Parts: sequence; C-alpha cells; structure tokens
Amino acid sequence: MTDRVPILKIGDILLVSIQVDLEDQMVLDLQDDLSRRIVETEARGVVIDISALEIVDSFVGRMLATIAAISRVLGAETVVVGMRPAVAMTLVELGLSLGGVRTALNLEQGIGALRRARNQGPVSR
Amino acid sequence: MAHDESDKLVGLLTDGQDDFTATWIRIVTSTLAGRLTAAEIQQDLTEMYQALLTALRDGGLHTRGEAYGEVRSLLTELSRNRARQGFTPTETAVSLFSLKEVLEPALSSPEDVSAYLQFSRVLDDLGLYTVEVHAKTREEIISAQAEQLLELSTPVVKLWDGIVGVPLVGTLDSARTQVVMEKLLQSLLDQNATHAIVDITGVPSVDTQVAQHLLKTVVAARMMGAECTISGIRPQIAQTIVALGIEFGDITTKATLADALRHALRRIEQNRETAQIGGLL
Repeated sequence: MTDRVPILKIGDILLVSIQVDLEDQMVLDLQDDLSRRIVETEARGVVIDISALEIVDSFVGRMLATIAAISRVLGAETVVVGMRPAVAMTLVELGLSLGGVRTALNLEQGIGALRRARNQGPVSR
Repeated sequence: MAHDESDKLVGLLTDGQDDFTATWIRIVTSTLAGRLTAAEIQQDLTEMYQALLTALRDGGLHTRGEAYGEVRSLLTELSRNRARQGFTPTETAVSLFSLKEVLEPALSSPEDVSAYLQFSRVLDDLGLYTVEVHAKTREEIISAQAEQLLELSTPVVKLWDGIVGVPLVGTLDSARTQVVMEKLLQSLLDQNATHAIVDITGVPSVDTQVAQHLLKTVVAARMMGAECTISGIRPQIAQTIVALGIEFGDITTKATLADALRHALRRIEQNRETAQIGGLL
C-alpha cells in the first residue's frame, strides 16, 4: 500500500499538507479521501499546503485544479497556500497560471481568503 | 641563423642596457604626458626590459613560448592597470613599440639591422598581446558594471504593511524580468505582503515584449497569492498599449503610484471587513 496524504480537520476547514512528491496513485487516493471527508465533515473550505514542494509541474497543477473543482461541486472552496517563489516562476515559464485555483501566501491568509469567499459567495476567477 | 640573430640581439641589448632603458623611459614619459609618475614608469619599464632580455636569452624569438611567461604576465598587469586608468590601447602598445625607436641609433652593421628586424617582430607580437589584454579587461569591466546595474535598478520597497512596490527604471528584458520577479516574490514572502504594485513610470516604452514580461511577473505574484497592480502608466504609453492591442486582462492598472496605493489600501480594508462577518472557524 502506498503512502496517503493526511487530511486534517480544523473547524469546518480541511487541511491537506503535501509533503512529498506525488505519484499517480497518491493523487487518486487523495481525491478519493478528500471528497469523502468533505461530505462526512460537511467542510466548507479546503486548504492545500504546498510549501514543501520544490517542483510543481503540469501534473501537480492539473491535480490542484481538479481538487478545487471537485470541492466546489461539493460546496467547499479551495485555497492553495505556501507556493515558493521558485515554483511560481517555473509555472509562469511553463505558461501555467493555475486558473480557477485560489491562492494565498500562507495558511493564515489562506483561511482569511476562505472566510472572504464564504461571505462574498463564489468568486469567479 | 635565427639563433645567431637572437644571440646578437641579446649582446646588443645587454651592452647598451643602461642607455637604452634611460632613453626608453624618457620617450615613454613624454608620450604619457604626466598621467603616470616617473617612478612608476621607471619601475615598469626596467622590469620589462630585464624580463625581455632574459626571455630573449632563454627562449629566442618565440614569443608564445614558455620563456616569455614572465614578460607576458608583466604586460598583462601593465595593460590591465592602464585599461583601468583609462589609457587607450594605443598608448599602452606605443610604450612597447617605442623601444624600437630607442634601438635604431645603436645599429651599426647589417647583422645588427637584421637582428633588429627580428626583434621588432617580437615587439609587434607583444604589442598586439597588450591590445588583446586591454580589450579583455575592458569587457570584464563592462560585464561587471552590467551586473551591478541589474542589481541596483531593481529595488523592492515596502510601501505599507502588506504592500510592496517595485519601481521599475529602464527597459525590461528577460534577464531583468527574472531578477525583478525573484526579488518581488521573495519580498512578498518575507514581508507577508498581500499586495504588490509594479510601477512602470521609469520604463521608457512598452511594447508587446515588455508587456509580456510584465504579465509574467503579475501572474507569478498572483500564484503566490498576492494581488498585483500595475501603476505609472503615462498617457503616451496608455495610447501605445491600446494601439498595439495589448490585453492586460483582469489586472488592475492605475495612472499613478498614489492611485495604486489607495486602491491597495482600500482592498485590504475590504478584505478585513468581509473576513470579520462571522468566521469559518
């Protein structure tokens, strides 16, 4: 059995901290686990922490977009936090912009962004 | 044959060493017209003469050979110093070529003349070498300055709590964009900033290339989770942007830095208010 990414519950937010480079199976497991947990816990927000990732390629980018879309369908807003400068620069050079994914500098601001999102209703971006 | 000539030459140069050095120093001093002290010139040339003599004795006329190592290193040092002090390559090379002038009166026999011709070839070679070193030194200075300029011209300043500004001065090329982006993103992280303002008042012209670079910077800042505003768009530039059909999409642009700062402050206030209406936690 492969490693699973832990999903932590804080109030009505689920925190997913990605600490290792993801493989295909882990991503599928994560999507499975997360959608189940959102339904179980009636979470209203998901925070994905990628501060440990040194490399974010189109694969990870697509995964983030997929997770955000899944969560949105289930009624939870997603925010990606902790992107490193080098990662942001690489993504720009690759021509990826993580469209449709909300981002924040760190966990604290990420939670703030989720609060705003909830008070304002879904913001299209 | 060649060997005889270099022997002859060594003899000639050794016999008249003191006279030659003195005349050489006098000529060089007069051409450089007081920009170097006499003591410096004397020291440089005496060393050079000695090294040249040793090289001729050991290595003959092969200037690229090992025996000329010391001569070359002396020339490198000389030409580097001169390049830094702003002498032209000609002035440096002429110091060397004037040794020919010094030798001319001392030529008495046909053998002397043919040895002199060989020697003059050696001097030509070494003269060219100084020019080469001169050019190389200049290039080093230029590239060092370009690097410094890159560092100097891209400051990231804190404008307010949570707001950083990048006043861009000069044209944006891809190398500079890279540096600007790196610094901006890092300072967003360091200062926990949620807003970035890129001010392009100092950018002389905006074409599609520059706009592309600006967009990249903004997108990268956004991905880190900061809002980015472009300010300092002069009327002329606004017209060019529209004429070229450049699309800034949903990026906020403002005419002045003050406007952008006001906008950012208002956004921060708004965010604080919306976040306070009943939290998630």
